[in-house]
Amino acid sequence: MKRARKPQEVRPQDIGLDAKQLVDLDFDKLPPLPPPYEDWRDEPIKPLSEAKLAAADTSLDGFIGLKVASPASEQEKERAAGKFLDGLQKLFSREDNWTFLQPWLLAMESCVRCNTCADACPIFESSGRAEIYRPLFRAEVIRRLAQKNRSGLGRALARFTGANGMEVNWPLLARLAELAYRCTLCRRCAQHCPMGVDNGLVTREIRKLFSQELGWSPAELHDDGTMKQLTVGSSTGINRKALDDILEFAEEDIEDRTGMKIKIPVDREGADILIMHNAGEFLSWPENLEAFAILFELAGLSWTISGDLVGYDSVNYGLFYDDVQYTRVTLKHAEVARKLGVKKVVMGECGHAHKAFMATGDRMWIEQCNIPRESALTLMEDLVCNEKIMVDPRRNDFPVTLHDPCNIARSMGIVMPQRNILKKIAPRFREMEPHGVDNYCCGGGSGFAIMQSNNFPDWRMRISGRKKFAQILNAFQDCIGPETNKYVCAPCSNCKGQIRDLLTYYQAWDRCHILYGGLVELIVNAMVDVKEGFLEWEFH
Amino acid sequence: MLVVLVVTYVAAVVFVAAVVARVVKYATTPIHLRWELYPVPHEKGRAAWGGSIFEELEWWKKPRRLDRIGELRQMLAEIALLKGVWHHNRKLWFFSFPFHLGLYLLIGWLLLLLVAGILINTGTALRGTVGDVFSWLVYLSGYGGLGLLILGALGLLLRRVFDGGIRRYSSPAEYINLLFILAVAVVALIAQATTDPGFGRLAGYLASVIGFSRPRPLPTLLAVEVVAGALLVAYIPLTRMAHFVAKYFLYHDVRWADEPNTRGGRIEGQLKQVFAYRLNWSARHIQQGKSWAEVGTNLQGVEEVKK
Repeated sequence: MKRARKPQEVRPQDIGLDAKQLVDLDFDKLPPLPPPYEDWRDEPIKPLSEAKLAAADTSLDGFIGLKVASPASEQEKERAAGKFLDGLQKLFSREDNWTFLQPWLLAMESCVRCNTCADACPIFESSGRAEIYRPLFRAEVIRRLAQKNRSGLGRALARFTGANGMEVNWPLLARLAELAYRCTLCRRCAQHCPMGVDNGLVTREIRKLFSQELGWSPAELHDDGTMKQLTVGSSTGINRKALDDILEFAEEDIEDRTGMKIKIPVDREGADILIMHNAGEFLSWPENLEAFAILFELAGLSWTISGDLVGYDSVNYGLFYDDVQYTRVTLKHAEVARKLGVKKVVMGECGHAHKAFMATGDRMWIEQCNIPRESALTLMEDLVCNEKIMVDPRRNDFPVTLHDPCNIARSMGIVMPQRNILKKIAPRFREMEPHGVDNYCCGGGSGFAIMQSNNFPDWRMRISGRKKFAQILNAFQDCIGPETNKYVCAPCSNCKGQIRDLLTYYQAWDRCHILYGGLVELIVNAMVDVKEGFLEWEFH
Repeated sequence: MLVVLVVTYVAAVVFVAAVVARVVKYATTPIHLRWELYPVPHEKGRAAWGGSIFEELEWWKKPRRLDRIGELRQMLAEIALLKGVWHHNRKLWFFSFPFHLGLYLLIGWLLLLLVAGILINTGTALRGTVGDVFSWLVYLSGYGGLGLLILGALGLLLRRVFDGGIRRYSSPAEYINLLFILAVAVVALIAQATTDPGFGRLAGYLASVIGFSRPRPLPTLLAVEVVAGALLVAYIPLTRMAHFVAKYFLYHDVRWADEPNTRGGRIEGQLKQVFAYRLNWSARHIQQGKSWAEVGTNLQGVEEVKK
């Protein structure tokens, strides 16, 4: 058994090394944070219990995201290796992988190892440049495995192509599967790649291989995610009865906050708009659901939400790890919209749902199910900027910055509507740098924000979210003290969850009075027809 | 000379066949899910900030406004100036740009020599200013291209050796590819400068190649240059160095592919075909052997696992 390697020295061929842990991260060497966090020291990470260590493989970096169960026998290890190689072949098959065959093939065969992707990756940078997080590292592992195992010629040329050291053994499988959950699929690396190679997609395909062939996927995304959504109705566990209770609570809360009596319409057939919310909002941020209801009612829109199974939860975690689950959820969404006979589906403030419905979903919703879909951001821009509702920007007279969800900006090109709204309703709006399509991920993308078990949140707070937290601090440097209330506008449920966790971990509410929330809450807070004070300056 | 001639023809055939095979491989893959990445330069009026038609209210009712000139401009900047490398990896650009510019000049040089070969075969002589300009173009592209290629290849090679971040990911193939190019360029430079400084003999040889006639014997060094160059031409499309083919598809079929699917349209027709594919993934939650349409709409697999 060998010792852990220095984080900056690991090579792709080391991934299968017989070592208890491949790397031991040095948290003292992470990049510094801006003021007032120059002297910030992370709390030591609580060691995992013996039971947790026994239940999952931690041989990559000591963290558990996917939770690969330790094998019971040698036969199990061999079976896993065989299935992995079968799955690898299937990624190159038209029938099994029509969904991404072309970009996958191109990513496998075109990378010139120039490493331009490295400086684009916030996780690599925030980790103090630990090699295993370099976008090229995991991509190179799977490339070499593919080169070596797809054909006899590939095996013969393995020494020439660098694939000769790659053996499909248990350490390699466990570490590669876990490593696929150290990238948020933000695709910033792909945007910077001069060739156009998408190492984010490569990561997703690795996740897919493990899920679709070996059945390995994080419980939060699969068992408690897509499976629960398809059987119960929502990944949050909300069933129809619970939905009715939540809507009743929301209606009461709207009345308490504003004095307005609003009935949230459910399953109203033939409505113009079917609004699709991430059901996470219902539990964690009901004010978002309520704000949409207030806005739509006061704007006089014809709208409804769905009470059908899956129809009231826009999430589709299949987008993060499994094409089959993605297909099942998106086709169910399409069927719900078709049955209601709505004129269009409007995506609430959820980044990955935007992409799952409108971009990838564009090639899933066919024939009668091809109902038009649009972003709530464009709809709200029309209401605000064309003065279909009246706003008083003085009600939002506090510093506001905007986080661009990667799926909405970089993957869909929706950049200006949210800015046009903020310019109209938030006089002290300022940009983060970089922003728009060049933004940095919140660090909770691709499902990370809901992966809360074991020690994964420790990694997520210190490394994957570090860059975003630094960006938030930098945006507010002129008023960073706690005497000024500040607002991070994040029009995405997963991003909000991650930013909430970041602000909590770094005690940013106490130290700097930084609050977070969506965009629609800011709009309603500024609406002259709504009682003042919709936005509550309480951290939750 | 026969060996040199055979190698030349074989190399040309291998090059064309390998490039065509690559194009066919990428072009015949089935339609995939949309996976574009912004900015997309053909988004008229929006490319500057990376916007898309999704920024429009009820975008499906609006005409798609495409800026093909903007797309072409972006392509030219990317191909000719390596704009992406300039913006995102400046250190690399200082070697990659001369390397690629050298290659472009040498492609131009080869085309000029082929034109010269045609002129020889047809007995046409370029006289006066036209002839002078032609000769200068051959000189500039030939020696300029070789010089830049040597400079770029050497720089890229040294960078790969001395930059640990790149060295860790470099296979023997990467070094061999660069060394091969470097060696051919150095041999060509020496051969031309010492045996054929005006490129006349090489043009004569190419005239024989395209005219399918017996070439006049070449000096040994020049013959070595021709063989080495031919082998390189045959080798490139068999390796990752053929990324010029892949790059077209990566940009046009993936990164910038934002054509929406409309009811009854071409894309929908293709989607119906792929939904009929049968999948063989074997995890428990997947109904192996059924079609994507069946698996997507029938939740039997999910329910069985949940039991």
